[in-house]
Amino acid sequence: MTSVPAEYGLILAALLFAIGLAGVLARRNIIFILLSIEIMLNAAGLAFISAGSKWGQADGQVMFIFILVMAAAEVSVGLAIVLQLFHRIRTVNSDEANTMRG
Amino acid sequence: MLDYLWLIPALPFAGFIILAVIGARIPRPVAAAIGAGSVGISALVALGIAAAFITAPPHGHVYTQLLWGWISVSGFKPDIALTIDALSLVMVLVIAGVGFMIHLYSTESMAGEKEGYSRFFAYMNLFVGSMLTLVLADNLLLLYFGWEGVGLCSYLLIGFWYKDPANGRAAMKAFIVTRVGDTAMAVGLFIIYHNLGTLQIHEVLVRAAQQWPAGSTLAIAAAALLLGGAVGKSAQLPLQTWLPDAMAGPTPVSALIHAATMVTAGVYLIARTHVLFTLAPQVQLAVAVIGAATLLLAGISALTQWDIKRALAYSTMSQIGYMFLALGVGAWSAAIFHFMVHAFFKALLFLSAGVVIDALHHERDMFKMGGLRLQLPLAFWCFLIGSASLSALPLITAGFYSKDLILWETWTSASGGPWLWAAGLAGALLTSIYAFRMVFLTFYGKPHSEAPRQIANHSGLRIRIPLITLAVLSLIGGFVQLPETLGNLPLFSEFITTALPATVAMSSTSSEGTMQSLSGSVSLFGVFIAYIFFLYNPLYARNFVEKPFGYALHCFLYGGWNFDRLYDALFVRPLVLAARANKRDVIDLLYRLIALLHIVSNHLLSAAQSGLVRRYAFGIAIGAVIIIGMVVLR
Repeated sequence: MTSVPAEYGLILAALLFAIGLAGVLARRNIIFILLSIEIMLNAAGLAFISAGSKWGQADGQVMFIFILVMAAAEVSVGLAIVLQLFHRIRTVNSDEANTMRG
Repeated sequence: MLDYLWLIPALPFAGFIILAVIGARIPRPVAAAIGAGSVGISALVALGIAAAFITAPPHGHVYTQLLWGWISVSGFKPDIALTIDALSLVMVLVIAGVGFMIHLYSTESMAGEKEGYSRFFAYMNLFVGSMLTLVLADNLLLLYFGWEGVGLCSYLLIGFWYKDPANGRAAMKAFIVTRVGDTAMAVGLFIIYHNLGTLQIHEVLVRAAQQWPAGSTLAIAAAALLLGGAVGKSAQLPLQTWLPDAMAGPTPVSALIHAATMVTAGVYLIARTHVLFTLAPQVQLAVAVIGAATLLLAGISALTQWDIKRALAYSTMSQIGYMFLALGVGAWSAAIFHFMVHAFFKALLFLSAGVVIDALHHERDMFKMGGLRLQLPLAFWCFLIGSASLSALPLITAGFYSKDLILWETWTSASGGPWLWAAGLAGALLTSIYAFRMVFLTFYGKPHSEAPRQIANHSGLRIRIPLITLAVLSLIGGFVQLPETLGNLPLFSEFITTALPATVAMSSTSSEGTMQSLSGSVSLFGVFIAYIFFLYNPLYARNFVEKPFGYALHCFLYGGWNFDRLYDALFVRPLVLAARANKRDVIDLLYRLIALLHIVSNHLLSAAQSGLVRRYAFGIAIGAVIIIGMVVLR
């Protein structure tokens, strides 16, 4: 069985990360920002798995499990904050939530 | 008994702390009991110590009590230590004793105050405590501590009725003018420590006598700077301007400042450091000349005052001038003797004037009084006795013995002479004129105002006891020092000689008896002049004042020889002008630049806080890229 070279996985991870980052920076809707953060997290996870499979180590997969758990927690907290925000300012546009500006 | 020495200053301080902490929450009688009681017990302890000191004098007639070390920095080691010798003992007895009388009087006379009753006693206790520390201090630094405490309390008490801005100004004036002298004194202490390596008073005097030859520059500098401090505190020329304004405070405060504390501190300082002054004969002569000039200037000014308290203030300046004159000619014990007698009669005069002022509902204008001797007999007799003692009426008053001693020793002393003596004698004439001017204007003649006023005469026991005690002391206080011609019983000067050197006298051709009859008749003549001008025919004085020249002279003298205006033009106005010109402080520009820098960077940084989450994320991303780039491309 011919394995996919690790570089491909890493390049895909980098692309995904860039897409996610672009989404975080470009999107105004907080829901989409959260989605983009998920993409970035998964890109990081993919990078771990690729590296792990290249060196035949389980550590990469262990780290991915951690990332998954962290992402789940983050999403639950993040969505709760989004709900609260929506209650207060009746919008999910992150640029409108700028009462903390200096 | 001598071991209880520390109690003397500690008790008033304890009273101060108690009253300052819980004074507002305790009933008035308790506050009065603490305030007067602490000083009273302190006076009792002082009496006990005096008895022990006289019956069984300690070794060398000096007793030192080391309480604890204060500072110890590379050889500089002043202690909190108290020393008592004959000089301190007399001072302590007078301060605590007369201070207690004034406290007792205040418990009743201040009862009408709506607020600040316990605050008043707290300040008074601190005042007495500071003064006791001053006279008991073993080293000059502790003395300076008491010295400054006295200055602080004078500020607090002169401005006691702080709601009137004029009182606040008078308080500040007293504080600032004495500060000039205090600064000179501090510099003097620096010189002493730098050159002699100690501030312990006895050591200073011993080392100064060993290391500094007579008339050396250092001795002159040290003595002159100490004299500067003494002049400021004792309200002598040229720093005398604060004393008349200090009358803004309550009358017991004036009594305390003038009789027991504060103004006599300068006299004590000079007497205590007498060796320095002996080493600097020029400065000692300056002391005598300052005293003589002040006693004449203040005596003449006292003649023109209409405010009874201001007249008494000028009289204090004049009497302290006598003490300075005595110190200047080396008549140490005479100066201290006059200090003691002066404390008795000046406290008596102020307290009885206080009774009059209270009875007339805070009227202080003598020309609006008159004929009060029938309505206020106690105040009249006390004021009369005080005035008689002040003007040194012969034989029966204490003032006669002390003033006569000063005049006699000025005449005979090696450093005195006819000129200083003549100034003193002229001062004696002025003294009896202004003293009896006060008596005649206040208590004799017809009531000056048209409407007969309600005289509130309800002096209670706590006012009567101090008045009568002080009146008795003003009469008999002089018998502890009888001159050669009258019994020859110099108990006081023999006692003081254990601490201060005896007067260096030169052989004199004239006899003491002639001098005494001369000064006695001068003071009687003064009373006669006062009678002619202010009672027999007041028109003489009034006609003179109504002429243009007389009026100008009156104004000039009333303003205390216009020293205030002179200082205003010389110091205050240039300073205010300079301050105005430099309103935007040049040096401040530098600091303002620093402030500006921070304001600009604050604006920049606060602009970065846009509140936009995406921009923060962008910042984080850029930062991450830069850091990773640096790591990779290194």
